[in-house]
This record gives sequence, C-alpha cells and structure tokens, in this order.
Amino acid sequence: MLLIVAVTSLMGAGDESTRFNDLGHRMMCVCGCSQILLECNHVGCGYSDKMRAELVAALDRGDSDDLTLQAFVQKYGTTVIAAPTATGFNRVAWIMPFLALGVGVAGTVVIVRAWKNRPAAAPSGVARVAGTELDRFRRQAREETEEDFGAATESKDKRQ
Amino acid sequence: MSYIGSFALLVALGLSVYSFVAGILALAREGPGSERLGETARRAGVATFAAVLLASVVLVTAAFQDDFSNSYIFHHSNRDLSAPYKFAVLWSGQEGSLLFWSLLLGTYGFVLRIRHKTDQRLFAYASVIIAAVQVFFLLLLNFAAHPFAMMQGSLPADGNGLNPLLQYPEMVIHPPMLYLGYVGFTIPFAFALGALIMKYPGEKWIHITRRWTMVTWAFLTVGIFLGAHWAYAVLGWGGYWGWDPVENASLMPWLTGTAFLHSVMMQEKRGMLKMWNIWLVFATFWLAILGTFLTRSGIISSVHAFAQSSIGTWFAWFLALSFATFVFFFVRNKSHLRSEHKLESLVSRESSFLFNNLLLLLACFTVLWGTWFPKISEWVEDSKITVGPPFYNKVAVPVALLLLLLTAVGPLLAWRKTSLDSLKRNFLWPTYGSVAVGVAMIIFGVRPWNDISYFYSLMAAMLAMLVGLTVLSEFVRGGRVIAGKSGQGLLGAMLHLWHRNTRRYGGYIVHFGVAVVIIGILGAPFNKEAEREMGYGDKMSIGPYTLVCRSFTQEDKPNYGSEWAIIDVFKGDRQITTMYPERRFYKASQQTQTIPQIHPTISEDFLLVKDLYLVYEGVNQDSGHPIIKAHLNPLVPWIWIGLIVMVFGTVTALVPNAAPVRVSAPVRAEPAPVGAGD
Repeated sequence: MLLIVAVTSLMGAGDESTRFNDLGHRMMCVCGCSQILLECNHVGCGYSDKMRAELVAALDRGDSDDLTLQAFVQKYGTTVIAAPTATGFNRVAWIMPFLALGVGVAGTVVIVRAWKNRPAAAPSGVARVAGTELDRFRRQAREETEEDFGAATESKDKRQ
Repeated sequence: MSYIGSFALLVALGLSVYSFVAGILALAREGPGSERLGETARRAGVATFAAVLLASVVLVTAAFQDDFSNSYIFHHSNRDLSAPYKFAVLWSGQEGSLLFWSLLLGTYGFVLRIRHKTDQRLFAYASVIIAAVQVFFLLLLNFAAHPFAMMQGSLPADGNGLNPLLQYPEMVIHPPMLYLGYVGFTIPFAFALGALIMKYPGEKWIHITRRWTMVTWAFLTVGIFLGAHWAYAVLGWGGYWGWDPVENASLMPWLTGTAFLHSVMMQEKRGMLKMWNIWLVFATFWLAILGTFLTRSGIISSVHAFAQSSIGTWFAWFLALSFATFVFFFVRNKSHLRSEHKLESLVSRESSFLFNNLLLLLACFTVLWGTWFPKISEWVEDSKITVGPPFYNKVAVPVALLLLLLTAVGPLLAWRKTSLDSLKRNFLWPTYGSVAVGVAMIIFGVRPWNDISYFYSLMAAMLAMLVGLTVLSEFVRGGRVIAGKSGQGLLGAMLHLWHRNTRRYGGYIVHFGVAVVIIGILGAPFNKEAEREMGYGDKMSIGPYTLVCRSFTQEDKPNYGSEWAIIDVFKGDRQITTMYPERRFYKASQQTQTIPQIHPTISEDFLLVKDLYLVYEGVNQDSGHPIIKAHLNPLVPWIWIGLIVMVFGTVTALVPNAAPVRVSAPVRAEPAPVGAGD
C-alpha cells in the first residue's frame, strides 16, 4: 500500500514533460562535463545555457525533432547525441546486448540439456553409491537441505 | 621524510618479489628445506605489509606537515586544508591511490598470512598469488607513479590544494570502501586459482573464502552507493547515477561478484558450476583491475577519471598477463572441475541461479559494451560518439527488472526440484499482493502505456512488492513451523529461524534491501525541477512547496570563500525548514564548486518521502541576485535506506549459525531441521 500511495500520488507531478525536456535529455552538454544537456549545472559553463537557448529557438521555429538534433550534430559534432543512433555501425551498439542475451539463453539451454542427459561424475576419492543406500542419502539430503517449509510440514502431516 | 617513503617502497618491492619467488620454489620442491623456504616467503609477505604501511604513513605525515617539496603533496594539498582531507590526500591522486591500493592488498595479505594454519598449503598458494599482484603494484609505485617524487626548483610556499569535488565528508569514506571492495576480490581469486593449480580436493576453499567474499562484496556495495550519494550531494545535477565510465567500472565487478556469491552456493551444495565459478571469480578480479585501467589510462573520457598517464600501458600488460596465466592453469587443470551432480529439474533453485547468473552477466556485458563502444566506434569508423544514460536506460533497465523477478522467485524454489503444488502455494499470496499493487496504481492514474518510464516504474513497483512479500512469507512460514514446534511467539521464532541459518536469512534481508532500493529508484520519472533568480522575498514554487528567499550573503574562510542564500521553505502556510544552498571558491585550486542543500521531507511525508534539493547556480551580474535551481526528487531517500538494509542483511549473514536445536515432534517421526539450506 505504501508503494501505491507513493507512486500514484506522484503521477500528477511528472506528466508535463515537454519536447524541450525530451530533446534536452537526448543530448549531452559539450563542455566536457559528460552530463546530459539539461542536467549540466557547472557554474560558468560556456555551453549549456547557449545550447538550451538554441534548443528553445529550434522548438519555437517549429523544427521537427530530427531536424533539431541534426542541427546540433552539425554544429557540435556527433558526440552531442547522448546515445548511439540506429544507423550504420552504431546499430551494433544496440544489437549486441540482445545478441548476447540470445547467445546466453541458448548457451544456458545447451548446458541444462547436457546436464540433464549426462551422468554425474562422482567426486574424487568418494566411492559411488547406488540402490537403497543412494535413496537413503537422497532422503537425508532432501531433509537437510530442506526443500521448503511447506514441504517439511506437508511430509510431517503425511507421517501423522 | 620522502626518502624514508621511497626506501620503504623499494624494500616492499624486494620483499614482495622474494615472497613470490620463494613461495613458488617452496611449493614446487618437496623436502624439509621447502617448508622453511615457504615460511620465509610467508614472513616476507607479512613484512611487505609493514613496509607499505610505513610508506603510507610517511605520505600522510608529509600532507599534515605541508611538505611541498613532495610533488604529490604539492599537487593535492594546501596549508589550509582541514585535517580529514589531509588524511584523504592519500587516495586523492594517481600515485597516492595506487599506494593506498597496495596498502589494502598488503593488509588483506597480512590477515591471510597470519591465518595460514587453517590450511597451510592452500594459503601458501594464495599467498604467492597475492604477492604476484603486489609485485605489480609496487613496480608501478617505484617506477611509473612514484608518490615520493620531489619538486624541482625552489620550494613552493603553498600547494595547489585538493580538488574541490573531493572536499566533502563522504570522500573520506567512499574511496576506502570502494578500494576495499576492489582489492578484496583479489583474495577469493587467489584462493580459487590456488585451489585450481593444486587441484584442491573438495570445496573447503569456498568455505574458507566465504566470509572474505561477502565482506568484500559488502565493501564494494557500500562504496558504490556512497559514490552515488556523493554524486547526488556534491555534483549538484540532482541525480545519483550518470552511467559515467568510472561508475560503470565499479558496477562491473559488483555484478560478477554478485553472480559469484549466488552460483558458489551451487558448488557448495551440489558440487556444480565449478568451472563457471572459477571464471566468475577471475572475471571479478580482472574487471576490478580493468576498472582501474579505465580510470587511470585516460583511454575513455570520464568526468572523474584520473589524469591521462603512461601507467595505462602497465595495466594493459598486467591484464593480459593475468588473463594468460589464468587460462593456462584453467586449461591444464580443468578436468579437476567436473560437476558432481546433474540438474534434475528446470524448476529448481539450481536453474534459478543459472538464470540469475545469466542476467547478471548480461548486465555486466551491457555496461562493459556501453563503456567501450565509443572507443570501438572510433576505431571502426573514426567517428566519436557518446553512449550515455539513454542507452543504458533502454538496455539495462529491462535486464534489471528480470533480475528483480528472479530475486523474488529464486528463494521460493527448492534445491533439485520444486513441485508445481509447492510453487503455487509459495507464490500465491506474494503474486496477489504484487498484482494488487499494479492494478491499484493503474486505477489511481498510472498509465504505463503512455510512457515507457511509467511502465518501468509500474513493473519495478510490482516486482519490488513481490520481492518484499516473498521474503516476508519465507520468514513467516519458517517462523510458524518453529513456533508450532517450540511454542515460541512468531517474532521470536523468526529470530530463532534466522539464527539457525544466518546466511540464508541474511541473504533474504539483502534481497529485501534491494527491493527498497528499487522503490527509491522508481521515483525518477516523477522528478520535478524549477529555476529562478531570487531577490529578497522572491518566491518559487515546486510541488507542494513554496521557497522564499530570506537573504543572501558572502563569507570568507581560510580555505575558500563562499556565497550562499537563505531560503525558507513553506508547505501551505507552515514553514518546514530553512535551507542554505552555497557556492564556494577554493583559493588554492582557483576552482568554484556548488554545495547543494538537500532536505529529505521525511517528517512531513514519511510514505512519500522526497528530497527537496537546492542548488546555488550563480549570480545574475546585473541584479546581483542569486540564481537558485530546485529539484524535487521523490522516493530517493529510500535508496539510502535500502543500502542500510542491505548492509544489515550482509552483517547478519556473517553471524555464525546457532547449533540447530532439535525439538521433539508430537509423533514418532524424525524432526526435520529447519532452514538448513541456502
């Protein structure tokens, strides 16, 4: 409930985000502070105020988002855009994490399958056990590593 | 004075080289002589610590004595610097921080070496590996980044002063915490590699290093959060995490270290993931060094990296050499790392650890990729680009949400196999609670389909609730079992439950802390800000607050001059506080720094606690009035509260277990130990 009250009461506060905010957060300040344009607060920063004024002017002119960003790139260079664009080699920046996810999931599936199908190696220096002795060890291990409390109480109920 | 420091560093290098070489020879040979040789290697390792400690004491003393004949002291201190910051000079610059790194490694090595009787041979291997790392840092200190280099020419009257950004109380704590985390991962790595080299039978090395790893992880966690708080409280942009390369450098080993802390349990309990774990612990160590390389080589630009220098080449070689060494021993001895058990079910604790590791590694890869991509783009296309917060927010946030889901699900899964019934029973109420949160938020006006950031906030809130409820349900269910058997009250039974398996339940408390941190983060899309020039009596509104400028003034202190405003804060007609945003001009370094003022509104809105954050941006030269920027950052204080919960959880996980108390059941059946698993 705390969470509901907290987040919903904040809703009215944040929904007036404007194009200025959006575009201003898609660009970096070029003063060397490595901060988002609208977050650069360096005292005496020679760029951020000027860049913000240029952004306001572009919006007043009715320039589209793309045109505005392009104008900034032409003036300040490609590093002014805060994230790689989805063009040319920059696409690789966006693709790789998802490719890694795909490879990771596939690798995990392969590992899981291999584990499920492969007989486990006995630990070095320990004799293999089988049959009723193995069942007894398994039962003991299950109890000692608990499974879960529900299961523990459930098995107790069954025994009762 | 500096000569003593220089000499101590040289002696330390000699001792660490001896510890390394003699240690190897002792391990390679058999016979009575090798034992004595090994003992001398161990003692040389202990003496290395003493020598590095002496060098560190000399450097700090030079700072306190304003010995500006020392180039490092000249560049990082000044006469009027207050005492705590003079102490912090030790880690404030390139050379000093490398000495501090070496000191911490020496300290860890000292503790390890005096506890060598736990397992003499394994500790001897670990000692040699630590000595090898120490040799590298001492080579750097003696030949590439000497902290005792002397000033040329006439002696300067005063120093350049400490960077103003570092003149903040947290800066006296944050770097040591972070470094304790970075350096500390050398210990589990040393044990892991030692165990691999000697084909150590069983998993005892994991038991030996468990506490090292947890303590190290806790230091790194605290270091990262203190860094975030420092960024929040000092940099004055209203945020706490900017995905800066230096921040990323600390996050990467934390992610792999967290993965290791989880997957190592599979090795302990089930003899699985041995190869994976040894790679994880190596990756954590390696990424800590890589992070240091990133911050010191100047290869990647960062707002708080050290100056570009030649030591990047040294680090690159060390990274390559350590990688090659590790791969060599891994390939040679990997047959020793075969899994002892197989996975029995996809719905099990084991598989949840696998996916947890996958996601943590994916998050690490994403951060690494984003950090390096500007350089890769430059190499490939000869064009510089920026990979900033919008990239990470789009790619890393979904991964973080999936991780949060696993944080909720994982603890409810049993080892080996979980039945569907058990899953349903354990998940039912937490899921209801989580869905109820989501539905209620939508009813109250959250429209996740309108904005992706609202969607993320909604999901984060639901998942944080799920984590919180699953942790709570685990405590309550376990507590009930004990209470039913022992007749204790539920709270007492839950305490008893924790004491029987502190590691497991401490871990759950850490998970709960993570959920609290997430609540703090999910307020970000609702941040507000306002800015205006404020003369006497001028007002500015932000959220429910009205800010009134009572006055503004100037002050001169020995170390800096300052301008500040006095702002009364009202909520309705009631004044709730007075705030003093400030801007300082540091005389020695001739740099200006804002000092934001933060007022957590916890007394007015405990549930909706938010930070009112004021920045003195500057002065309008025409009117002479200050320009004040106000941020209203909802829920942020929960982040710091979450950290406290996480640290508390880690500390409780380190408490030794109580001996299991077996209570007699009302039937003949054997009593089932409760909370024995992790």
